[in-house]
Amino acid sequence: MSKRRFSLPYLIWMSIFIVVPLLLVVFYAFTDNSSGKTVFTLDHIKAIFEPLYLKVIGRSLYMSLIATIVCFILGYPAAMILASKDFAKKSTMLILIVLPMWMNFLLRTYSWLSLLENEGLINRFLALIGFGQVQLMYNNFAVVLGMVYNFLPFMILPIYSVLVKIDKSVIEAAKDLGANNIKVFGRVIFPLSMPGVISGITMTFMPALSTFVISRLLSGGKITLIGNIIEQQFTITGDWGLGSALSLLLMVLIFVSMIFINKYGDESVGAGGLL
Amino acid sequence: MGKKIIELKNIYKKYGDFTAIDGINLYINEGEFLTLLGPSGCGKTTTLRIIGGFEQPDGGDILFDGVRINDVPAHKRMLNTVFQKYALFTHLTVGQNIAFGPTIKKINPEQIQKDVKKYLNIVNLEGYEDRDISTLSGGQQQRVAIARALINKPKVLLLDEPLGALDLKLRKDMQDELKTMHKDVGITFVYVTHDQEEALTLSDTIVVMNNGRIQQIGTPVDIYNEPKNAFVAYFIGESNIINSIMIKDKLVRIDGVDFACVDTGFGQDSTVDVVVRPEDVILVRPDKAKLKGKVTLVTFKGVHYEIWVEGPSFEWKVHSTIPQMVGDELGITVDPYNIHVMHHEAIEIKPVETVVNA
Repeated sequence: MSKRRFSLPYLIWMSIFIVVPLLLVVFYAFTDNSSGKTVFTLDHIKAIFEPLYLKVIGRSLYMSLIATIVCFILGYPAAMILASKDFAKKSTMLILIVLPMWMNFLLRTYSWLSLLENEGLINRFLALIGFGQVQLMYNNFAVVLGMVYNFLPFMILPIYSVLVKIDKSVIEAAKDLGANNIKVFGRVIFPLSMPGVISGITMTFMPALSTFVISRLLSGGKITLIGNIIEQQFTITGDWGLGSALSLLLMVLIFVSMIFINKYGDESVGAGGLL
Repeated sequence: MGKKIIELKNIYKKYGDFTAIDGINLYINEGEFLTLLGPSGCGKTTTLRIIGGFEQPDGGDILFDGVRINDVPAHKRMLNTVFQKYALFTHLTVGQNIAFGPTIKKINPEQIQKDVKKYLNIVNLEGYEDRDISTLSGGQQQRVAIARALINKPKVLLLDEPLGALDLKLRKDMQDELKTMHKDVGITFVYVTHDQEEALTLSDTIVVMNNGRIQQIGTPVDIYNEPKNAFVAYFIGESNIINSIMIKDKLVRIDGVDFACVDTGFGQDSTVDVVVRPEDVILVRPDKAKLKGKVTLVTFKGVHYEIWVEGPSFEWKVHSTIPQMVGDELGITVDPYNIHVMHHEAIEIKPVETVVNA
């Protein structure tokens, strides 16, 4: 069958760059070769349940959740404005939303440093109008801000693309049946936009949960997230076994959250989202 | 039939430079089945949307039960709409779709359940409550849309080309069902279509529109038999529209030959349009008629043959159950009462869309 032949390159790609690395992660998580030869072990898995790591995982979940919620609160209205027919500057705003993504991720995050620093633009402005210096960096606020800033487009765009596809006559039908604007939104527009909301949440929550660059730069290394710990195991400590075990845990966490989100989504929509 | 339920008084609507509705006056009686008929772009859908509250007129008044409702938003009007593309809520089941209106109005759930069952019955979809919209065929979706509107017991049901997306056979079946439903529920139906046959089949009253103006209002029989102008004759059914000269009362020169007719009051030697339906043209032996022509084309149409006969200055379309040979010489006669004389006017006719218009 020709269909199968066309899918072959993707299958090869997926096995080399997704399946094999995943298997390697699993392999490292369950083996130990400190004694010179490779043996099966559960030590790494046990190690991740140490209070220190659990605390970091808790903090990561908490902060990425906050960032996702903020993204949703900011992103949904933005997507609605973008999707509304009478909005004349639609393409300009779309470009503005996408534009930061053209820049290097690291560079974008660095630019926040020059804004938030003690001697940064914001503090200098505050000093100018007579306020004292405010601690903007090296705290949870800065990290969440960085996450929201970086991942907001991934919340807006999927919601926007679902909203623009909603047939206007469906909205008219709801009004025709007696729904005022609030009810039209609550009973028709929002439920119909759930697939976009689910994609948006997925696409912000996952990278926020696993980021290590944002937390390192904007907290000056003070706030450690699970991403930072995993990175350290590979680059500094050299403990690939623990790093892999933590990565596995992260994957399980994301997987469980996705099942949770999709289940909730399914109940309210009846249509699937991601996964 | 009862009192006027809806009145449109001098309605205007413009989109930029385009005048969609150019001064419409119309009333709709309680309980009647009224159809707005015309080619696409004639303003029929805009008229319906103005009644529904989805468009604001630029001038004129809409009265509902004698009360002006220009400023009443769509969700507060006592009428419901069946949309062309159904506009069902795909995130809800069939039952939830139908229950949408009553749920918004906070009617008690047990009553809603009962009503949903009742209206599913009316549209012949018993037991479909829990089905997903996506599992339904086009015809079934349209029934759900009708039930969803009817359950609110509106005083007026607006239908915007509801059968446009269905295939021919299903459309015929649904026409019959709609007619039965109209009789059973006793609600006023305002129906929009570009399909003249559909209009003739369904309506008590037809409003023929073109270029944002009403061309004629009447019963299907009136509209078909006594078209008021050439546009109506052209649009409803098939016709020969012949530029002719009214010699005097009851005598008209068509295609160079004088015919007796029944019309009077057009003056002498004035230019008029004459409309003759193809089925009213009688073909006879050449020596039996003053007007002679030559058969140019014969097409079998099922019930009848369509025969084109070339006269001195006009090519006649004739419907007859008797076939003719191409090239034959024939005589053309028309009975006086089948000759419809009307004032000559330039008709602007945009191409009639046979496909669904957007």
